[in-house]
Amino acid sequence: MSAAPLVEISHVAKSYRRGVQIVPVLTDITLEIGEGDFIALMGPSGSGKSTLLNLIAGIDRPDSGELRVGGLDITRLPEAALAEWRAANVGFIFQFYNLMPVLTAFENIELPLVLTHLTRRERRERVGLVLEMVNLADRMHHYPSELSGGQQQRVAIARALIADPTLIVADEPTGDLDRASAEEVLSMMQRLNMELGKTIIMVTHDAHAAGAAKAIVHLEKGELIDGKFR
Amino acid sequence: MAIPLAYIARNLWTRRLTTTLTAGELALVVFVFATVLMLDAGLKKTLVSTGEHDNVVVIRKGAETEVQSAIDRNQASIMEMHPSVAIGADGRPLASKEEVVLISLVKISSNKPSNVVIRGVSPTGLGLRPQVKLVAGRMFKAGSSEIIVGSSVAKGFSGTQIGEHLRFAQRDWTVVGTFDAGGSGFDSEIWGDVDQLMQSFRRTSYSSMVVRLAQTNLLDRFKADIDVDPRLADEAKREQAFYSDQSKALSTFINILGFTLSTIFSIAAMITMYASVANRVAEIGTLRALGFKRINVLAAFLVEAMLLALVGGIAGLGCAALMQFASFSTTNFQTFADLSFRFILTPTIVVKTLAFSVTMGLIGGFLPAMRAARMNIVDALRAR
Amino acid sequence: MYLLKLIARNALRHKLRTILTVVGLTTAVLAYGLLNTVVDAWYAGAAAASNARLVTRNAISLVFPLPLSYESRIRGVDGVTLVARSNWFGGIYREPKNFFAQFAVSDNYLDLYPELVLPAQQRSDYLRDRKGCLVGRQLANQFGFKVGDVIPIKGTIYPGTWEFVVRGILDGRDETTITRQLLFHWEYLNETVRKKTPRQADQVGVYVFGVSNPDDAAAISRSVDSVFKNSLAETLTETEQAFQLGFVAMSNQIIAAIRVVSYVVIVIIMAVMANAMAMSARERTVEYATLKALGFGPTFLALLVFGESIAICAIGGSLGILATPPAASLFKQATGGVFPIFNVSVETIELQAACTLAIGLAAAIVPALHAARVRIVEGLRAFG
Repeated sequence: MSAAPLVEISHVAKSYRRGVQIVPVLTDITLEIGEGDFIALMGPSGSGKSTLLNLIAGIDRPDSGELRVGGLDITRLPEAALAEWRAANVGFIFQFYNLMPVLTAFENIELPLVLTHLTRRERRERVGLVLEMVNLADRMHHYPSELSGGQQQRVAIARALIADPTLIVADEPTGDLDRASAEEVLSMMQRLNMELGKTIIMVTHDAHAAGAAKAIVHLEKGELIDGKFR
Repeated sequence: MAIPLAYIARNLWTRRLTTTLTAGELALVVFVFATVLMLDAGLKKTLVSTGEHDNVVVIRKGAETEVQSAIDRNQASIMEMHPSVAIGADGRPLASKEEVVLISLVKISSNKPSNVVIRGVSPTGLGLRPQVKLVAGRMFKAGSSEIIVGSSVAKGFSGTQIGEHLRFAQRDWTVVGTFDAGGSGFDSEIWGDVDQLMQSFRRTSYSSMVVRLAQTNLLDRFKADIDVDPRLADEAKREQAFYSDQSKALSTFINILGFTLSTIFSIAAMITMYASVANRVAEIGTLRALGFKRINVLAAFLVEAMLLALVGGIAGLGCAALMQFASFSTTNFQTFADLSFRFILTPTIVVKTLAFSVTMGLIGGFLPAMRAARMNIVDALRAR
Repeated sequence: MYLLKLIARNALRHKLRTILTVVGLTTAVLAYGLLNTVVDAWYAGAAAASNARLVTRNAISLVFPLPLSYESRIRGVDGVTLVARSNWFGGIYREPKNFFAQFAVSDNYLDLYPELVLPAQQRSDYLRDRKGCLVGRQLANQFGFKVGDVIPIKGTIYPGTWEFVVRGILDGRDETTITRQLLFHWEYLNETVRKKTPRQADQVGVYVFGVSNPDDAAAISRSVDSVFKNSLAETLTETEQAFQLGFVAMSNQIIAAIRVVSYVVIVIIMAVMANAMAMSARERTVEYATLKALGFGPTFLALLVFGESIAICAIGGSLGILATPPAASLFKQATGGVFPIFNVSVETIELQAACTLAIGLAAAIVPALHAARVRIVEGLRAFG
C-alpha cells in the first residue's frame, strides 16, 4: 500500500429531508482509503453505503466534515469546479449501466473525452485501447439495446476507465447481471485494480461480489462497524 | 375483470395538471369549432328569417340586389294589378313600392364609415312585414323627414338614437323610433317614407317592389307572367329566398374558413390526446402484469380519453354558448351593406360539437391505448 | 460535435411522438400562414393604393354617383393635375363565382396608374376601339383571355349583356399591383346607357385625380369638398389609400376574429410542443443525472433540450411554410373571386419563421430548466 491515503474522510455526516422529517443517513464517518485499494462497502438497505459512495465520488455533499481526495478537499469546490474534478478523477459504474441509449458502445465510451481537449484521432485511439481491454472491439458500433447486460456493463467499465481517473466507484455493478456475466465483470475489475493499479470503491449487498475486493467495510445505520480501516 | 371507473376518474384527478392542460386544449378546439358553426347558423337564420313566406320581391332583371335594381312607375303599376297579388282590407293591392339605397354611417366598433341600408317604405310596406315591431319611440309620420332605425343599427352606429339627426341628401333626418325585426336582416336597416326619400335622393324610379301573394301557390304564375311581359324587364323571387341568396358568398367564406380551422384544430387536439395516453405505456404494462386483460385495459383508457374529451367538449361548448350574447356585424360581400347577425346555438350544433369532441377523444386516445395494450407486458414495463 | 449528435438522435428516439409533434407544428404554422394571408388579401387594395392619387365620391355613399359636370370643377382646384372618371360596372362573367372587378374609365385613367404597364401598340388599339377593353395579366391567365377575344358580361347595375373586345393585357409593375380587373371605355358605357336607361347617363361613380404635391393631399381634399358643399351631390374626397382602407374597415370584425384565431393556433401548438418536450425530459432524468455525474454542466443539458425543441420545430415549421403557398392556392380557388390578390407575402413567411422559433424556445424553457437543475443523486434514482 502507498504511503499517503488517496481518500481521507473525516467526521462526515449526511442527512436527508423526507417531508418535515430529517433522517440521518451517515453519522460521523471517518475512513481512509489508500491508492490501489479495492474496497467493498457492505451493509443492509438504508445503511448509508450508497450515500457514502456518492460523497466520495463528488456527486453529493456532506452536511459536515471533510473529504479529501488526492489531498484536495472536494467539499469546498463550487459546483462547476466539482464537475470538472469528477470528469478528470472519477470513473462511474452503475447498477443499470446508465449508458446513453442513442449512442453506440464506441460513442458511449468516448463521451467523457468530449470534455477534454483531445483531438478526434487521439480520442479514437484511446477508445480503441480501452475496448480491447474489455474485449468488446467487435461490438463497438452496437447500440446498448443490442447488447446483453454483461456487455453493457463492460462498456460502462470502459467508459469509467477512459479518462484515466484516480478513482473508480461502482454502485452494485453486478446487481442486474446473471452469474456468468457477474463473474466476468468482477474479474475485470480485479484486473483493473491489480494490473493498472486503479483504486476501486464498490458498494454491494452481495457477499460473493464483495469477496472479489481486497477489503470489506461494513456499514450499519450510518455508522462504520469496523471503525477506521486501512 | 373490468377496471373500476373510480380508478380511471382518480387517475385523471391525480394527474390534474396534465388533465387540465389536455382538457383545456380540447375545450379551445371545441370552442372554435362550435363558434364557427354558430356564426354560420346565425347568418342563415338572419337571412332566412327575413321576410314572410308569401311575400314576393320584384327587382329588375339582371340586378342581384335591390340597390342595383330600378323599376319605373309604369312597370310598378302594371305589376301590382296582377291577379296573383292579394287585395288588402281597403280594396287596394297589397304591394309596396320601395326605394333602397346605402348611406355611409360611422360604425362604433371600427370608428370608420360602413354602408347601411336605407329603405323607403309605404304604409303598405309596413303591413307586409309583421315581424317588424316598434320597440321604442314612434312610427315616422308620412310626408316628414323622420326615420326609424333597426335595433342593430341603433346599437352599432353612432348618431342613431331617438332624437338624434342623420344628415344626408341635404336634409336632416330625425330618428323618432327604434324597431325590432326579430333578428332578421331588417334589423340592420333604416326605414323612412318612400316618397320623401325618393325626392331627397332625386330618384324617379323605385328600387324594388314587394307584394303579398293572394295564395301561396300563385308564385309560379306571377313569375312567369312577369317574365314574358314585354313591357316589364323584371324578375320575382320569394322574399325569404331573395335575402338568403344574398348571403351565399359570405356564408361560403365563413364555412370554408371554419372547415379549414376545424381540421387544423382537430389535428392539434388529437395529437395532444395521443401524447397524454402514450406516456402511460408503463402503467398499462403494470395493469396487465397485475392480471387485467388487454380488453379491460383498453376499455379503461378509452373511457378516460372520452371522459377527457367530454369534459373538454362541454367546457368549450359552454364558452361558445356565451358567444350568444355577442353580436357580429360585417359588410355582406354581395349587398355591400352592413349586416348584423348573432351566434346561434342550435340543438344540431350541440350534437355535432359533442360528437366531434368525443370522436377526437376516441381517435386521439384509442390508438396509443391499443398500441400499448397489444405490446408485450415486458416491453410495456420497460418502455421509457 | 457531440451536442448536435445527441440532439439529432434524441429527436428521432420516439419516432411516433416526434412525427406527431412535427405534424402538429406543420398544421399550426400552415394555419397561421394561411390566416395571415387572408388578412393580407383584405388589405390588397390598400397596399396597391397611392397617396398621390385622390378619390372623390358622393358623400351619401358609393351607391350614389356624381354628375359629369363636376369633372371640370375638380380640375379647377389648386394642386389638382389630372382628373379621371371611374364607374364600378359590377357585371357577371358567365357565373357569379367568376367574379372580378370591371371599371368603366376615362381614357386618361391609365395615366394615373403608371404601375399598370401596357405596350404602346396595345394602348393605341384600345383607344381606337370604343368597345375595346383591357384585362389584367392575372385575369387573362385565369380565363385564358387573349387579345382579340370577345368577353360577354351580363350587367347588373347597367342591365343587358355587354360585349367587350380585348385590346390589351395589363401587367403589374409591382407585386402589389392588382391585375385581376377589366377596364373599358367610360364613353362607351355612357352612350349605351343614354339610349337604354337615360336616367343613368352622364353620371360618374368616382373621380380619381392626381395632385402635384402629395403632402397637400389633406388640404386639397378639403378644397374639393368645399366646392360642392351644399350642392345637390355633396362629395367626400380622400387619398386612394384611405378610400381602400375604408373598405377594409367595413369588415373589421371578421378581420379581427381571423387575427385572433391565427395567434390562438400558435398558442395551442406551443402547449402541445411544451407537453411533448416535458414528457421527453421527464423520461430522460436518469440520463441527465448520468451526464452530470460524468462532468457535463447544466448549460450542456439545457442546450440539449433547447436544441431538440428547436430542431423539431424547425422541421415542422419548414414543412408548414412550404405547404402554405399550395394551400393558399386551394383556398383562393375555393372562395372564388372574393380576393383579387391572394399571395403569400415575404412578411408572412418571416412571421411564420419567427413563430416557429418562439414556439421552439418557449416549449423548451421548463424542461431545459428541469434538465439543468437535475440533482445527480435524485436523478440517478428516478425511474423515468
